[in-house]
Amino acid sequence: MIDEADRRILRHLLADPALTTAELAERAGVTAATCWRRIEKLTDAGVIRSRQAVIDWRRLGYEVEVSLRFTLDKTNPRAFDEFLAAAREVPEVIGIETFLGRVDVRLNVIARDMVHYQQIYRERILTLPHIADIEALMLISTIKDSAGVPL
Amino acid sequence: MIDLDDIDRAFLRELARDGTLSAGELGRRHGLSQPAAWRRVKRLEEAGILAGQRVEVDRTALGFGVTVFLGIKLATKGRVSLEDFERAVTAIPEVQVVQHVLGLFDYRLRVVARDIADFERVLRRRIMTLPGVGQVEANVLLTEEARPGPLG
Repeated sequence: MIDEADRRILRHLLADPALTTAELAERAGVTAATCWRRIEKLTDAGVIRSRQAVIDWRRLGYEVEVSLRFTLDKTNPRAFDEFLAAAREVPEVIGIETFLGRVDVRLNVIARDMVHYQQIYRERILTLPHIADIEALMLISTIKDSAGVPL
Repeated sequence: MIDLDDIDRAFLRELARDGTLSAGELGRRHGLSQPAAWRRVKRLEEAGILAGQRVEVDRTALGFGVTVFLGIKLATKGRVSLEDFERAVTAIPEVQVVQHVLGLFDYRLRVVARDIADFERVLRRRIMTLPGVGQVEANVLLTEEARPGPLG
């Protein structure tokens, strides 16, 4: 289904989504028309799912980002569903991931400062249902952030 | 920091969902002309609030069926060891995200692999051989969901 030219286009597209079709075509070594057609085809086939704008929350005044890792009380079969539904109601939660491992769920939480974080943590996070354990990792810096895959 | 009104926040919400929306389309949705909508998008870009685009692909269709998050604790610390570790870890093609964190671990990594056997290869040959690496914890990603965040 996906050939070498598709792979090259995807590799460059993932590495730098801001490229124009012409620039992308040049890097991938295909004509602009081919590049455009391939992208259409990959999008229709669902290989390229979506394009989203990235929001820099720091520039909006959210200086604190914390990764909260939860272990849930799995004696309750509704624990996952009820926890996730409640977490979706917290506006400062910008990402939710579920895992197989020692951690069940991770919430990515942003706050304006530590005082604001304390308030969110006490009022909105500790009140989420079915929590057995919480660990926090505070983000110091992001050194690499790429959607690339080694195609 | 610049002030945002309800329309700016709506633009951010909609662009975070679909980055291909044109200024014309955004304007139509909110009763603005194309040039007026374009000026707002430009202002959000210039303020660094709109910080580029991200393409989401079906990783499984591309043959990468497994995503694993690793928590890594360094065995030795000090500025030099952090720099050595960071330089080596960012060069690994399977490592998508590297974050320096404070807490139970020193670094958080997001790693993609073709399958569990391929992940084991990446873990043994590339991760465990990184300079200064100590304790490693792995959690396999099952689902992920981006939320709109506090945009009113």
